[in-house]
Amino acid sequence: MNPAANPGMLPVATPFFFYLLAGMAIAGGLAVITRRNAVHSALALIVTLLSVAGLYLMLYAPFVAGVQIIVYAGGIMVLFLFVIMLVNVEISSKERQFNRMWPLGLAGACALLALFMSAFAKGKDLFLDPTGKPRWPDPMVKLAEGSNTQQVANLLYGEAGRMGPYTFAFEIASLLLLVAILGAVIMTKKKI
Amino acid sequence: MPNFIMSYLGSTVTPGQAGSQFWALIYVLVIFAGVSLIVVCMNWLERKALAHFQIRLGPMRVGPHGLLQPIADALKLMLKEDIIPTEADQFVFWVAPMIGLIASFTVYIVIPFGPSQAVTDMNIGILFMLGVSSLGALGIIVAGWSSNSHYPLLGALRSSAQTVSYEIAMGMTVISAILMTSMNATGTGTLSMLEIVRAQQQQGIWFIFKFFPLGLIAFVIFAIAMVAETNRAPFDMAEAESELTAGFHTEYSGLRWSLFMLAEYAAMIAISSIGVTLWLGGWMRPFPNLLHAPAWDFIFSLFPGLTFGGLAAIAFIGTARMPSHSFFKIQRIGLALFAALLGFIALLLLVIAVAGRAADTSVAARFSEGIGNVYWFLLKVAIFMYLFIWYRATWPRYRFDQLMQIGWKVMLPISLGVLMLTAIVGVIVS
Repeated sequence: MNPAANPGMLPVATPFFFYLLAGMAIAGGLAVITRRNAVHSALALIVTLLSVAGLYLMLYAPFVAGVQIIVYAGGIMVLFLFVIMLVNVEISSKERQFNRMWPLGLAGACALLALFMSAFAKGKDLFLDPTGKPRWPDPMVKLAEGSNTQQVANLLYGEAGRMGPYTFAFEIASLLLLVAILGAVIMTKKKI
Repeated sequence: MPNFIMSYLGSTVTPGQAGSQFWALIYVLVIFAGVSLIVVCMNWLERKALAHFQIRLGPMRVGPHGLLQPIADALKLMLKEDIIPTEADQFVFWVAPMIGLIASFTVYIVIPFGPSQAVTDMNIGILFMLGVSSLGALGIIVAGWSSNSHYPLLGALRSSAQTVSYEIAMGMTVISAILMTSMNATGTGTLSMLEIVRAQQQQGIWFIFKFFPLGLIAFVIFAIAMVAETNRAPFDMAEAESELTAGFHTEYSGLRWSLFMLAEYAAMIAISSIGVTLWLGGWMRPFPNLLHAPAWDFIFSLFPGLTFGGLAAIAFIGTARMPSHSFFKIQRIGLALFAALLGFIALLLLVIAVAGRAADTSVAARFSEGIGNVYWFLLKVAIFMYLFIWYRATWPRYRFDQLMQIGWKVMLPISLGVLMLTAIVGVIVS
């Protein structure tokens, strides 16, 4: 955003907030895997999810941020905690981990790091062609903060009677979720 | 005066939209103080109203008619020893009340008390409110778990199951109201709280009466789910006194316990505001399109002053009816002073209303308009708050399986049906 366009208003997307939110997300993620107590891990995961929601806000995608809060932090984490509370945390926190999966995990993490590093090093070529022009039109202009929800709706459901580019994929995904829900109910209930 | 203070004055949008951080901060402070004050008043009113429902007197000793009882209670709670059980999870026990409090106070930044009387307006307003208020359930769950005791854990389990179940029915009714906002020329709906009220203004109808009876059914389902969401009677399974001593906050005392109470009442006000915004026309006065003559504007602008005048009259009658024993002398003086204060506020509001009767852009007119907006919004919220007390006095507590049965087998199918019918009727009409 150009600060000169709206005087008196500081842009939200200052580097300070990015580093703050990214730092919180990483610290939360580290706490999730290092805490022995499952409830502490879940709380750290909530911190991570909320920081990621903040990062979405900085990317001018308030709708995604709102959905992140309502679905992940508000819905799924409540169910997580619900299940964790039924497990005996005292005993499980003192048990030794007996699987030897950490070399595999380390290899996966290193591969992901290499991917990020290469994206960071070559990122310019992804967004700019050799002449220095952007490869795509600037998406920030199109997806302004004020109409993000409407833009998402247009992509998912289409506008003015026409199907949107993702309408079919969206409907198939919701059908798949419905089948999964029905399957879960049928598998847990002997008699329906 | 510095430019950053003056530049917002005279603006017709919220401080957040105008980019005035100073006024946004002022609004936040005013809302925080106002909500805390309303919670104190609610505390007194709830005890008095419940007592009168049960033919008792309620608090009578501290101040005239127990008016100073909430202050005495708050002092007591603050001075109490801060107890954390040894076996509790210290950090989580400490952080749990804060989660609830922060979640229930954060939502206030998008509540539209008027077209410019809100901290800010978000493109995702209603989504933000539902999302952040659902974080409040985390505070309750974590509090119940960290107490390391049986009753709190059971209360927390019940609360989480109940909140998740009723959130679905509530979400469906909210979506049906949002669908109604798209009945305009462009056919695009909105999630912004201000725009939802403006849509009702444009269509000239509160959404509770829209597509009768669909709006009304959606509203009733929301009003029931709202009670379950805030863990209030008759759905207060999380703190059922007869079964779980005090449920999730059994181990809490003193200031931490009062933070839970503050969070609960703040969440009640916030969720009532969602109902008022979506179905009851937000800040609009009754019949703005039928009785739109300037004379009617003036008559309705007198209501805030008249309300305070009525309260002052009740307080004066109470003063006159106080027994003429020397024991009541100080109480009588106190109540007379309170009545005089209410009367002074009433006079001030009436003077502003009369001074601002001309519909121009003078300071008095804008002040009068702002007071009117906030007054009508808060009056509608106050009706909800009184209903919360009324429910508690009237209905016995539900059993947990009955609660789940109503949530999943009655309210969810009805709300889904209302959502589909609203969509069908909307397509046919437009």
